[in-house]
Amino acid sequence: MKKLMLSTAIAAFAAGAAYAESHSVVRMGTEGAYPPWNFINDAGEVDGFERELGDELCARAELTCEWVTNEWDSIIPNLVSGNYDTIIAGMSITDERDEVIDFTQAYTPPDPSSYLAMDAGLDVTGAVIAAQAATIQAAYVAEQGWTLVEFPTPEETVNAVRNGEADAVLADKAYLEPFSGQDGLVLLERSEMIGGGVGVGVRESDGELKAALDAAIQSMKDDGSLNALIEKWEVASTW
Amino acid sequence: MFEFCAEPDTLGRIQWLSCYLTTGKHMNFYWSFLTVLVLLAITAPTALLFGFGGATAARSAFAPLRWFGKAYIAIVRGVPDIAFFLFFVIALDQLFEYIRHRIKCPDWVDPIWQGNDFIVCTAAKLPLGNAPQWVHETYGFFLAVLTFAIVFGAFAANVLYGAMQAVPRAQLETAEAYGMSRRQVFRRILVPQMWLYALPGLSNLWMILIKATPLLFLLGVEDIVYWARELGGSINERFTDYPHGDWRIWYFLGLLIFYLAFTRVSEIAFDRLTRRLTHGQATIGGEAMRKAAT
Repeated sequence: MKKLMLSTAIAAFAAGAAYAESHSVVRMGTEGAYPPWNFINDAGEVDGFERELGDELCARAELTCEWVTNEWDSIIPNLVSGNYDTIIAGMSITDERDEVIDFTQAYTPPDPSSYLAMDAGLDVTGAVIAAQAATIQAAYVAEQGWTLVEFPTPEETVNAVRNGEADAVLADKAYLEPFSGQDGLVLLERSEMIGGGVGVGVRESDGELKAALDAAIQSMKDDGSLNALIEKWEVASTW
Repeated sequence: MFEFCAEPDTLGRIQWLSCYLTTGKHMNFYWSFLTVLVLLAITAPTALLFGFGGATAARSAFAPLRWFGKAYIAIVRGVPDIAFFLFFVIALDQLFEYIRHRIKCPDWVDPIWQGNDFIVCTAAKLPLGNAPQWVHETYGFFLAVLTFAIVFGAFAANVLYGAMQAVPRAQLETAEAYGMSRRQVFRRILVPQMWLYALPGLSNLWMILIKATPLLFLLGVEDIVYWARELGGSINERFTDYPHGDWRIWYFLGLLIFYLAFTRVSEIAFDRLTRRLTHGQATIGGEAMRKAAT
């Protein structure tokens, strides 16, 4: 019995050591083009809600983290092939994505997405709606059967409305809000309840990293620091 | 960068601009010009080497080598660039890691492909997971060079293949008559003369290569177009000390000037090279030069 316990302890230790070795540096993948979630600041570094959140999660999970930016389109393929270890890029948890990668528990609650348009009285049904490609908003517009124009970056979706290519853009409210009031852009009353909260994406085989991040998110939820961070960056509603 | 930049709101226009243009983000932009130039400087000769190898293989007398050369030219030229850049690089990276995995971790039992995930042992990771960011960036850069070289090498191979066929048969026959071996004919007669025929095609490729550098971003290397878009996009005062509207037109105008100047310089260089190679050749151009000299 004693021997058995000892060998289990050794096995556990070995597994822990292997995990520590493979994750001596955790590479955090983000997009860097979606303020206030994540963006590149004046100094050329990743900044924003997710930068602060990620650094705090790493500190709590005692991980050394490094930030990497990657284009949104290929952000999932590069995670599964191991170019970085997490996706922390305002990515909503959906069933389709969950089939390919795993998510930690959500760090922001499910929030309605908003429309930004030039005309406050716009009827979105039957209008031309812009959205970033491969997002829940693009999937939603396509599902409704409305005319969807997709763009690779969030910035371009807003520009499409400015120059009249689209009637409105559908995206997270926190992203669209700063644009409201500029060049005649307004947020519409209507919003859509889509998505299941935003979580950190990890490889399906990376259970231990997922568990470590889950625990760190839980501890931030428990002591209220996550809510404080959400309020500071005004990204979403609080828990 | 400058000391007076601490309070951007209070500055005059010129000072504001000088501060704005020297932020860390702009420094990244300037660096990316260097990245693109270095990429071109390394890729062009490498692609030419691939092309030369491909062309030589395609006209080899040894059948398997000939099939290989022809297959390389046909397949790579046929696959759309964007598909190549999106999928081939990840595949190439995985191939390297797979080979290293087989060598370094022979007693690994877990499958390498677990569902969607590609997992090799830690020692086989390329670059190592705990390597600093610049190592990752350099590795990504060399993957990019390799990918560009393979793609443009296939086009260059076709150009050189055509150029080798264009050298007048009489020239080679004369060399043979002098008693040169096949290899000597190739090295002394065929190759020096074919460059002239290859030059127009190669200069086209060079121009296309210059303009293809924005594909770098697909490979995770941040190039000038990426930064121009990033810097030019409108930015709110919540996220920067230098808020501004949509300035992309100015950044893209800058890029336009850069590309035009660069291609113009290339044109001049190619003109000079053509003139030099034409000298003493049995072509219309060479004949005209000979007459003008006498």
